[in-house]
Amino acid sequence: MSAVATSVAATLAGKVWDRHVVRRTEGEPDLLYVDLHLVHEVTSPQAFDGLRVAGRPVRRPDLTLATMDHNTPTDDRTPDDLAQRQIDALVRNCAAFGVRLYPLGSSEQGIVHVISPQLGLTQPGMVIVCGDSHTSTHGAFGAIAFGIGTTEVEHVLATQTIPQARPATMAITVDGTLPAEVSAKDVILGIIARIGVGGGAGSIVEYRGSAIRSLSMEGRMTVCNMSIEAGARAGMVAPDDVTFAYLEGRPHAPKGAEWERALDDWRALATDEGAAFEREVRIDASGLRPYVTWGTNPAQSETIDGAVPDPEAFADAARREAVRRALAYQSLRPGTPIRDIAVDAVFIGSCTNARIEDLRAAAGVVAGRRVRSGVRALVVPGSARVKEQAEAEGLDRVFRAAGFEWRNAGCSMCLGMNPDVLRPGERCASTSNRNFEGRQGPGGRTHLVSPAVAAATAVKGSFALPSDLR
Amino acid sequence: MEKVTRVAGRALPLGRADVDTDQIIPASYLKRLERTGYGDGLFAAWRADPSFVLNDPRYRGAVVLVAGPNFGCGSSREHAAWALRDAGFRAVIAPSFADIFRSNAIRSGVVPVALPADRVERLLRAVERDPGTEVEIDVASARVRAAAAGIDAPLDLDPFTRWRLVEGLDDVGLTLRHSDLITAYEARRPSWLPHVGGTR
Repeated sequence: MSAVATSVAATLAGKVWDRHVVRRTEGEPDLLYVDLHLVHEVTSPQAFDGLRVAGRPVRRPDLTLATMDHNTPTDDRTPDDLAQRQIDALVRNCAAFGVRLYPLGSSEQGIVHVISPQLGLTQPGMVIVCGDSHTSTHGAFGAIAFGIGTTEVEHVLATQTIPQARPATMAITVDGTLPAEVSAKDVILGIIARIGVGGGAGSIVEYRGSAIRSLSMEGRMTVCNMSIEAGARAGMVAPDDVTFAYLEGRPHAPKGAEWERALDDWRALATDEGAAFEREVRIDASGLRPYVTWGTNPAQSETIDGAVPDPEAFADAARREAVRRALAYQSLRPGTPIRDIAVDAVFIGSCTNARIEDLRAAAGVVAGRRVRSGVRALVVPGSARVKEQAEAEGLDRVFRAAGFEWRNAGCSMCLGMNPDVLRPGERCASTSNRNFEGRQGPGGRTHLVSPAVAAATAVKGSFALPSDLR
Repeated sequence: MEKVTRVAGRALPLGRADVDTDQIIPASYLKRLERTGYGDGLFAAWRADPSFVLNDPRYRGAVVLVAGPNFGCGSSREHAAWALRDAGFRAVIAPSFADIFRSNAIRSGVVPVALPADRVERLLRAVERDPGTEVEIDVASARVRAAAAGIDAPLDLDPFTRWRLVEGLDDVGLTLRHSDLITAYEARRPSWLPHVGGTR
């Protein structure tokens, strides 16, 4: 296929894929070169041990970057003993194998998917992998970026390549103007509501259309981040002037003549006119609204104007049973207006929504207001740099004055494996990416929302839009 | 990877769709440095319910899990496959699998078996009716059989994957046979691509 790719209209994904094929043989997956391998403390210890056992080095430590984010506390608490063992192991492994590590306390530490773009390491046309499913985030730059398991982490450490069957291509085109109060988070929640949690399975999704083009890089990262919640292998947006403006001048971005050469290359990556996708979905931006998930997977959502659905309204028996289970877990009654659901906690953070624009959007809503009495609210910046910038802009003071806790960078309450967890039965408006049962702590109930809705909900005490507060 | 030529035995029916890896093993069980010892974490939250099928003594010793579509969605944690393996499961039969889980399972010696939804449904009913129902997955000859459910179907795994399973091949070893191709590729990578700055 690569041999004829130059003469045939190709997709963005197809072009990036083909230029990374190290070896292609009939009946086997392609062997792809990996330009950047991101590593964190939870999914890597067994991979480094595998190298040790086999006596293999890390082939390209210079293309490998490690940080700690998943099980690290975001305040002055200490990690539990088991978490500390993983943190220590990462320090040991990075030292032994020559991998650069940004540990806790480093000015570059943070959520792995926040720090790489911010350093300018994530660039168009790259292949990026990490032992974390939200690696899809980096596709916002026109890279092929996907999550891998620990055995694959070992494979990439040892060979800087990964065998991968070529995924199908899928276009999701969102055209039109986004209505007021509809953010990037609502775009992706709206997409997942339409195609389902398995809707992108086996595919690399390219997000296209004027509504996607209108998003900032951070917004595009939010969209691509949740590609995995639709089951997609990866999500991508073609690089454009918004991408280049974001990248220019970042520490690892090309400089001088290299920058010009890179730009010429990146401009040629966009999907060619007439290129065919195996699947296409079109969405009218004007039909999107702010979404709130009510269930236990990211497709189980309603617009904020809606109500909790009635399981009996679903024709399919399996769906009906799934909705019934979800409502029982979430302790919700059918027909309850979304705005009437009261929350115990609000979490603004995660690789989905903890970048500076997310914090600005939330701070803009809470400025001069107070978090509703009885609601526990925390803001966890995505990286130490985001925290630093937010503090320079005075956002920390806005949040603290409103009654939010202001934390250090990390995955925090997104995944229930560090001290930031919901208590059993607690209900949380969360800007994170997964509302699975117990995701934020055993028995916790998660509702996924945008940063602006999370902020307004913290003030109101029940789901609200910023405009509801006026 | 772990060698698997054939899986045969009884099955556990878990007729739920979209079983995510946070359910298969919650994050609090991921804080180990080893590849083993995850069996206790398997479906830990659901197991707290005494009526959950994994607590049913009639299914003790099951080696095949039968589940609904999109099994293993969510997180990339390979620990999900390790937890299944450590709890004695050597195969999962479902109408469809999440991509990362599927790949992790193969590498952990847990065979992901995709069958059409109506056949999975039939198998679930058969296993619920009779926990002694025998299921056989013959990786070497690529067949899935469960006589009690009237199933004798091809195993939907490509020959290359089956070969790796049957031989228990080390993927890294396979790839390193092509080191010369990797080196040649590295020589033609564009010069502007970033370097993190680790030590070579």
